[in-house]
Amino acid sequence: MESKPLGGKIFTKPFKILMVFGIIGVILILKRYFLGLGSVSNLNDGYPWGMWIVYDVVTGTAIACGGYAMAMLIYIFNKGEYHPLIRSALMAGMFGYTLAGVSIYIDTGRWWNLQNIFLPGTANPNSIMFEVAVCVALYVAVMWIEFSPAFFEGKEQHKGKLKLLNKVMFFFIALGILLPTLHQSSLGSLMIIAGQKVSPLWQTNWLPLLYLITAITMGYAIVVFESLFSSIGLKRPLETSMLSKLAGVIPKLLIVYFVFRFGDLIYRGALGHIFDIDLKSFMFILENLLYIYPVVILFSAAKRKNPKYLFLSAVSMLLAGVLYRFNTYLVGFNPGNGYVYFPSFSEIMITVGIIAIEIMAYLVFVKTLPVLPQVKHAQ
Amino acid sequence: MSKKGSIDVMTGQRLTGLEQKGVSRRDFLKFCTAMAATMGMPLSMADLIAETVGSAKRPPVIWLHFQECTGCTESLLRATHPSIEHLILDLISLDYSETLNAAAGHQVEEVLHNSVKENEGKFILVCEGSVPTNDGGIYCKIGGSTALDIIKDIGPKAAAVVAIGSCASWGGVQSAAPNPTGAKGINQILTDTTIINLPGCPASPYNLLSTILYYLTLKKLPELDAMGRPKFAYGRLVHENCERRPHFDAGRFAEEFGDDGHRQGWCLYKLGCKGPETYANCPIQLYGDVGSNAWPVGTGHPCFGCTEKGVGFTKPIHQQATVFTVTPPATYPDIVEEKTTGGWTIGGAAIAGAAAGAAVTAGIKVAKSLSEQETKDNQTSEKEKS
Amino acid sequence: MNLQRRDFFKVLSAGVITATTSRSAQARPTFKQPPDAVGLLYDATLCIGCKACEVGCKTRNEKPNVHSEIEEYFGVSGVWDDSRDLDSATMNKIKVYKNGTAAVKDREIDGFSFVKRACMHCFDPDCQSACPTSALIKDPVKGYVTYDKDACCGCRYCQVACQYLIPKFEYHKALPELVKCEMCNHILEEGGITGCAEWCPTGATIYGKLDDLMAEARKRLELKPGDRYSFSVHTVDSDEKKSRPVEKYIDHIYGEKEGGGAQYIMLSAVPFQKLGLPEMPETSGASKSETLQHTLYKGLIGPIILLGGMVVATYRSTKKHQTDE
Repeated sequence: MESKPLGGKIFTKPFKILMVFGIIGVILILKRYFLGLGSVSNLNDGYPWGMWIVYDVVTGTAIACGGYAMAMLIYIFNKGEYHPLIRSALMAGMFGYTLAGVSIYIDTGRWWNLQNIFLPGTANPNSIMFEVAVCVALYVAVMWIEFSPAFFEGKEQHKGKLKLLNKVMFFFIALGILLPTLHQSSLGSLMIIAGQKVSPLWQTNWLPLLYLITAITMGYAIVVFESLFSSIGLKRPLETSMLSKLAGVIPKLLIVYFVFRFGDLIYRGALGHIFDIDLKSFMFILENLLYIYPVVILFSAAKRKNPKYLFLSAVSMLLAGVLYRFNTYLVGFNPGNGYVYFPSFSEIMITVGIIAIEIMAYLVFVKTLPVLPQVKHAQ
Repeated sequence: MSKKGSIDVMTGQRLTGLEQKGVSRRDFLKFCTAMAATMGMPLSMADLIAETVGSAKRPPVIWLHFQECTGCTESLLRATHPSIEHLILDLISLDYSETLNAAAGHQVEEVLHNSVKENEGKFILVCEGSVPTNDGGIYCKIGGSTALDIIKDIGPKAAAVVAIGSCASWGGVQSAAPNPTGAKGINQILTDTTIINLPGCPASPYNLLSTILYYLTLKKLPELDAMGRPKFAYGRLVHENCERRPHFDAGRFAEEFGDDGHRQGWCLYKLGCKGPETYANCPIQLYGDVGSNAWPVGTGHPCFGCTEKGVGFTKPIHQQATVFTVTPPATYPDIVEEKTTGGWTIGGAAIAGAAAGAAVTAGIKVAKSLSEQETKDNQTSEKEKS
Repeated sequence: MNLQRRDFFKVLSAGVITATTSRSAQARPTFKQPPDAVGLLYDATLCIGCKACEVGCKTRNEKPNVHSEIEEYFGVSGVWDDSRDLDSATMNKIKVYKNGTAAVKDREIDGFSFVKRACMHCFDPDCQSACPTSALIKDPVKGYVTYDKDACCGCRYCQVACQYLIPKFEYHKALPELVKCEMCNHILEEGGITGCAEWCPTGATIYGKLDDLMAEARKRLELKPGDRYSFSVHTVDSDEKKSRPVEKYIDHIYGEKEGGGAQYIMLSAVPFQKLGLPEMPETSGASKSETLQHTLYKGLIGPIILLGGMVVATYRSTKKHQTDE
């Protein structure tokens, strides 16, 4: 099956609405650069990481794991039948990660020093942040390389480049599987050093493994979600049969997740905190209900084939993963000393603006580049 | 002062006596109000004080001087609002005072003995100065008797004994080491009598006046602390009411005399101010009726703790004070200081809610159209098959 | 296909085994006290809450006053430092614990106590471990933890990591910096002592060699409450002494073992948890985090083996796809 540009008008009405959000976001970002982080966000000394790090970076990259999860399935487990889904997943991942990188530049206070993370004199390999930064930076580059054939396909003058690229591609694909494995787990490890600030419901030495598993399941969920969503939004036929097979992977991985998650909670004796009847226990229960829903639905082969249930369980899986990350980093995070945090209007609008730009880029790319699989219309 | 009370007083005939003696009605009311305030009484008490002052039979007062500098008397004489010498002389019947006596010698001794005899159990005894006890008390003699004998003779016959000044209260400067005269306070001599101590070097004249007025008005002694001092005057540390206290709480200290902090009126604690361990109303009452800052700390010198036994004349002047327990100011940050920024705002909550709402709506819409699409797709594929 | 899957698992398990078997060898211990460690001893029973240390700190480190809403309301400035907590202009803060009537100092019930919060200068600082740009460095000899703004990228991971909430960030500046107590090392280099200890009039905060301070703290714990004792002022070996009765101490030196040990140690008559000081394990968060990370990444052996396996697997499968097509 070949991929093909979708064509069609770019400046549609939804696109223009997105543009408005994008522009608001950009204006607020400019404000942040001139007046400081505090002028647009509610970030404070107790909650140094807020919406931007937790959504744009930690959650955003996990959602962007579609490309990674698909590559693992296709190239490691050699399931070539999923190949048509890879490029759009890869592209979404590419945007997700690129914008996470952009967010880092918005969030870091002394962004002009960011290169110090990589320079031999200042780099600190003991820092988990170092590992995350190196892997994410490399992975962004790798994803653009992986995606680059899309720019050259169907163009005679680039045929040589394309051939060369395809020859070495296996290495980048392998790298593109290794890097997320490392940093998605490290995104969990990041919070280990926060120690007692993180509620025992979330603080555990198993954070890296739990983050890795949920990043992969979120990757599959986003592929399902994207495919179904673009079928509706871009008026394309459904890819239900392939998606339902793919979605079958999610509950199996989640069972592993549950074993470690609850096994650890019981082992540490922290499970009792569920009955604290506070925001944390409520969010913990909500998070796990959202995890359980896809397990229940997707184990049933019949429901798996129903696009509505498929969609709902994918959404539930994504929300669970999002909530898990928000819970670890914000809800379950209490520095004490009276600090409070809730994202400010401007802060949310910057994130909304970034997401709007991401969707706009997605729309431009699928319409102008061969990303989505070609639809075989009835002759 | 209540409205009714003031009219009452304003029109009252009982003031005429004082007015004739040159005390204006306005000055008199001011005085009564100030006295009520000093004693920590409600302002309405001023009426009662005015009434008492106007009508009471002047109680006889006997004022004895022992080992001292007469500073307390001098300070009393210089109290000027209103002309206090008028008041004190009209308010009380000062039968005997070595400083103010017009008579002298045997004549005045006779007055003293007559007054004591006549008013036994009714007069107020004011003592100024400490009593020497070494060598039979020979270091202070008046009319041939030692101070020790005089106080032992007259003291028990008084209705109330007031020890004015630090010397009379606990020995004062004469009792400082090595204390060659064995100077003691009145309360160490008259151990069986309740003695009102009004320490200070000199004692604030208004504290004496207030004490006497309190006694006359309410016919009882004011509440005393463990050191025998009226609580209304000695109930709080100098530190608590000091105008420089905010500098203490802000950590701003004069490090030496004449430095920048000293010129700016910062706290004198590091220079040895004893305010934090000395109970007195100096920062409120002030001295000399000349307006604000007229008290030691106000002029830039650390308090040396004259009203406090074991501090004044005992601790070196520039030794830092022990800070007595004072409930910390409410302005100090708590251990857990609730933060005012960073919390949820209506804008933030609204946009978060709107985003969540939009997402849910979109989700439902997509789920719905997915069902429709599925049926459509099925139909197409069936058609294709057929 | 089965072959490749098996290959992959083989490689994966090789990586995992390499990683896990070397675990014990690579466990990163909590660092110990630096050889020539200097430090501060804060004795809450001597503190009178005068905040002179705050003024000394701000003077020595040239930090501005924090303005209050009252000042803003009346349009005045420079009158009062109204910092409510440690913040980006305040590296040292006196806070007060109050209970009930707060009548007596150094009493837990119906009493009060002051506490001086500042950087603990841990033996094994979490902030140093967390910082990706080595902007927070513990002096290898004297042990104070310093900040290098030219290295810092402002990611604020140190703020996430620090259990004592010490690093503060200038959120309201276009070109912000991190602010934390650096034990006045610029003054120490000139032979002086820290601002807080220099300004403190009562000897509540004293500066000195950590060993001496620890010995002094232990000595104080053994004193009988009520006895008089000559407390040194400014430095632990100072000639300037202040004699006063000893309060009843809690039998614990905060900072001796907390997080593996610290160079700012405290004594108090009120339980330290009431003073807002966290109960800490005897190992550092840094050691935990780095043990995990080193286990997974030591010598990059695990990742390289993993990458090797993946390269082989993808090479085979891409070839297969190409031939399929």
